[in-house]
Amino acid sequence: MSIMGTRVVRTEDPAFLTRGGTYTADIALPGALHLTLVRSPVAHARIASVDVAEARSAPGVVDVVTGTDVDLEPVRMGPVGHAAMVRPFLATDRVRFVGEPVAAVLTEQAYEGPDAAELVIVDYYPLPAVVDLQAAARDEVLLFDEAGTNTVVGFGLEKPFDEHLFDGCDAVVTAEIVNQRLAAAPLETRAATAQWGDDGRLTLWCSTQNAQATRAEVAGWLGIETARLRVITPDVGGGFGAKIGADPEFALVGWLAQRTGRAVRWSESRSENMTGMLQGRAQRQTVTIGGTRDGRVLAYRLDILADAGAYPRLGAFLPYFTRSMAPAVYDIARVESRARVVATTTTSIGAYRGAGRPEATAAIERAMDMFATEIAADPAEVRKRNLIPPDAFPFRTKGRVTYDSGEYAKALDLVLDAAGYAGLRAEQAARRERGDAVQLGIGLATFVEITGGGAFAEDASVEVHPGGTVTVLTGTSPHGQGHATAWAMLASEHLGIPIEMITVRHGDTDLVPRGAGTMGSRSLQTGGVAVDQAAAELVELAKQRAADVLEAAVGDLELVGGAVRVRGTDASVALGRLAETERLRTEATFDSGAPTFPFGAHLAVVEVDVESGKAVVNKIVTVDDAGPVLNPLIAEGQRHGGIAQGIAQALFEEVVFDPDGNPLTASFADYGVPSAAELPSFTLLDMATPTHLNPLGVKGIGEAGTIGATPAVQNAVVDAVAHLGVRHIDMPATPLRVWEAIRAGSS
Amino acid sequence: MKVHITVNGVPADTDVEPRLLLVHYLRDTLGLTATNVGCDTSSCGACTVLVDGESVKSCTVLTVQADGTDITTLEGLSPSPDELHPMAAAFRQEHGLQCGFCTPGMVMAAVGLLEEHPRPTEREVREGLKGNLCRCTGYHNIVRAVLRASGQDPDAAPDLVAPGFSTGSGT
Repeated sequence: MSIMGTRVVRTEDPAFLTRGGTYTADIALPGALHLTLVRSPVAHARIASVDVAEARSAPGVVDVVTGTDVDLEPVRMGPVGHAAMVRPFLATDRVRFVGEPVAAVLTEQAYEGPDAAELVIVDYYPLPAVVDLQAAARDEVLLFDEAGTNTVVGFGLEKPFDEHLFDGCDAVVTAEIVNQRLAAAPLETRAATAQWGDDGRLTLWCSTQNAQATRAEVAGWLGIETARLRVITPDVGGGFGAKIGADPEFALVGWLAQRTGRAVRWSESRSENMTGMLQGRAQRQTVTIGGTRDGRVLAYRLDILADAGAYPRLGAFLPYFTRSMAPAVYDIARVESRARVVATTTTSIGAYRGAGRPEATAAIERAMDMFATEIAADPAEVRKRNLIPPDAFPFRTKGRVTYDSGEYAKALDLVLDAAGYAGLRAEQAARRERGDAVQLGIGLATFVEITGGGAFAEDASVEVHPGGTVTVLTGTSPHGQGHATAWAMLASEHLGIPIEMITVRHGDTDLVPRGAGTMGSRSLQTGGVAVDQAAAELVELAKQRAADVLEAAVGDLELVGGAVRVRGTDASVALGRLAETERLRTEATFDSGAPTFPFGAHLAVVEVDVESGKAVVNKIVTVDDAGPVLNPLIAEGQRHGGIAQGIAQALFEEVVFDPDGNPLTASFADYGVPSAAELPSFTLLDMATPTHLNPLGVKGIGEAGTIGATPAVQNAVVDAVAHLGVRHIDMPATPLRVWEAIRAGSS
Repeated sequence: MKVHITVNGVPADTDVEPRLLLVHYLRDTLGLTATNVGCDTSSCGACTVLVDGESVKSCTVLTVQADGTDITTLEGLSPSPDELHPMAAAFRQEHGLQCGFCTPGMVMAAVGLLEEHPRPTEREVREGLKGNLCRCTGYHNIVRAVLRASGQDPDAAPDLVAPGFSTGSGT
């Protein structure tokens, strides 16, 4: 019986449930120093002086380092941006966001660090903060004087919008939409530990989603050959995109270890994390949609102003994806978009679960609902009218990408049926009729996203050892996604060896020098396929060897239960035996060459108390079609987590800065990560439309939840109070916002 | 200051700094690193342990306050990786953990919850675990795991009633 598609419980769990994971902060090297960073309390300032004399003489202090001590060149840390937009590893003459590291304190004991850090005296000469995106775009206050502008990059700004785009439309709706800044908020904050060996090599343990890219970045920043750096990612306590690649602190930890000749440990506090770790989203969008009164959308425009934060990182590039996915699941004749990305004196923006695609989906799904309202049509019907039909794939979009496969209307019908859409509408009408205090809202989102984009190739090796145990090496790198189980399932399927005997290793650059890591919902469709192929090739290799041992033709051999057997006989040899004389190991590289496009439909049922403005998600029904499912238990877990984060964006979470650039949400006491009490259970429906782009037919599932659930819930909240004159409510739809919208709508 | 604390059945007399938090005593002094620190505002519950059988956030307790107590951490809960405590086994069965970072605290909080409410409803589980944050699972499977550990069939639970309002019509 095939193990594929079965609900296999995770092999990694017994360790997590008895001794706990081993995270970077758990690695206690003997004699390691503790690093405490002094961080800027002001958003934008010139540094007049840094006085470390008193801190140096504090108990337990081994060293105190300032920006002028650090001989590392400031670097541009993102894929796009002006050459002058570089970040120092410790600030020297200027700080550009609250939380920017200014000095480093090294102590023998952890508790001594914050004590000494308080004694570092920094004289800041305040400069005007730049928080508002429109103000940033006006370039009145520059973050980087030499750049001459705050614009980091523009996409599609070369030519003006087509003034005839909406010609022929009976109805045109436009709206300003905020896709607010979010904190990824993995439960494990950032951490790094560094130790130089006698061989002149640096070992860096750190919490990252991709050890290999981290090695390249940190080696580059330190100015050492990559061969001299070994990066090890132990267990990683969540990433959600914010742990893609290295952070500047990682290099600083390595540099400090070299300077002191001691191992150095760094593990940030949550409040440091909420200002220092990359954040996500942060777009202001102007959407315009137009079409006929009978529901045909003819034209769509998306104008994006995006925040890069102080030092441009990956987030500055992500509006590119937003533009790619702007037309979403709809066949719209005329689509145009553009994006301007600006630097502000705030925490830098990076990837956060969905990374550019939720922003595209939220924009068009709000637009679709507003268009439906404008023409007084049912939002489900308007969507159906405009969905790309199943026979149109592969479908080249106006976003200039090619969707591989999709059954969009089927996904929508599934959620409508399962939720009892007609009944919900009837219930809503009854409550409106009665003027109930608790109104019902029904929100829809049909979506398509891009997965496995960016890095299409991944390697894997599979080796059977004497005794029959198996080692799988992969360049993908889990932080909760269950690779140890899933990759073992793939190998087990071919080898017939139980998963308990298969060890999956990853995240050590000495062991696995190549790999792109886990992000963009890419692992299974790249690394997983490579494991599948390496295991298949191992079976062929084993048969060739067994042919000699069993004195049979390769064509007469079959693999059964971890042994090669002559078909129809009892003559067999175990794989472990075949590994005794010579290593039994294969490698494979898989390169998909193109991204895949999972899709689905989400329906959210929300109750809104119109007297308090409080919205509660009652039910969410989702189809997340990412092709065939390897392990439903794990895939559902990915969907659950994404849905929760989607609901959280719609209702609870927002990173807020005041006009002076002070973060107002710098702890878990202020930032609204939901608990179990604020969320419902989720209703998941199954659908599996394969892609032709890899032999397993699989697409990515990691981010679907945030892409579909977010606009579904937002649409539901607006829908609940639409009869009170409310047309749009920005996220998060907090009680205050909803209440204000009702008040404004009724007046 | 001298403290006498029993952790996972092992008593110890230790001299600790008065300001040492219990979570750091467990992690750094005893090397029991399953218990994690996820925030600095007592919001996340990753550091939850049982103190004399009650779930407590060990980042809010000074070690000296725990003098004379009997503490259980995740390491002391299950007899072995092959023989999981029923709560740990339910977490595995229901895929109630992903990255594993919140898990030690979540499991200990759930054990404490069932001590107080041996057969909780879904709502009681959700309210009871309010002090523990998980970023990976969306809580769906954690709630199922706790229901299962309490001897209930999570699939038999009635449709969720969201906190705050009734699902019925009217007010």
